[in-house]
Amino acid sequence: MSTLSTLTDAELVHRCRSGDPDAWSELVERFSRYVYAVCIRGFRLPEADAEDVFQEVFARAYTHLDSLRDDAALRPWIAQLTRRLCIDSVARGRREQPAAEPIPEEVARDLDEIEEAFAVREALATLSEPCREVLDRFFARDQSYRTISADLDLPAGTVASRIARCLGKLRAELEGPGLEGRSEPSSESGG
Amino acid sequence: MNRALDEERLGALLHILRPAPTGWVQAAQELPGLRGSLDEIVSRAEADLEFRAALIADLEKALGQAGYEPGERLLEELRRRLTER
Repeated sequence: MSTLSTLTDAELVHRCRSGDPDAWSELVERFSRYVYAVCIRGFRLPEADAEDVFQEVFARAYTHLDSLRDDAALRPWIAQLTRRLCIDSVARGRREQPAAEPIPEEVARDLDEIEEAFAVREALATLSEPCREVLDRFFARDQSYRTISADLDLPAGTVASRIARCLGKLRAELEGPGLEGRSEPSSESGG
Repeated sequence: MNRALDEERLGALLHILRPAPTGWVQAAQELPGLRGSLDEIVSRAEADLEFRAALIADLEKALGQAGYEPGERLLEELRRRLTER
């Protein structure tokens, strides 16, 4: 995990304001999946519109970072910005193609689910690198056991067992330290 | 978390936050550099009428001659900024 990836949102905002380009890259990296999911899964924007919104979200975030009153509120700020731009995009699309309008209840449900997914993603970030990598490859990148096994030079059975073990750790992380504790046993560190 | 965190559900939630296309992420990460070049070019165009005329006549060529990499995003933003003024 790079140093920047361990910064809190407030620390990251502070570094971005001081003109650190690496901090900006980390900010984009940290929120890119979220913004993408809100555009594509939440509001069901067509790819081209989603790309426009995606770029506009980060352009506005970059331009208006100084106006953020509470640095720790970066995520709600980006969330609000993304939703507002998606709504504008849907409104433009509605004028051009009325049938393409998403159903608001479905959008609301999917947006709630994206928030839940973000919490899971934050918990994932606290796990060891082998856990983060195997879970991301398998669930978010849809890679097969075979691909993961080849890329990481691990037997397929080890990949499967690591996924199961890391999911257990993720669950424990989300449910609090009462179940398995927050620290990872050394036997788990390499998978 | 409202629902029970069974592992199937966790997998489904991990699946929701898929990576954004690499090109989108890179473009957003390059924003500070892009903004820096933009501000510099626009300031120069305001101070140097000859440079401004060259930009309006042939944006890509004028930028190349001035030593800038005329990427698509820079061209698009500059066209917008120059016509706004």
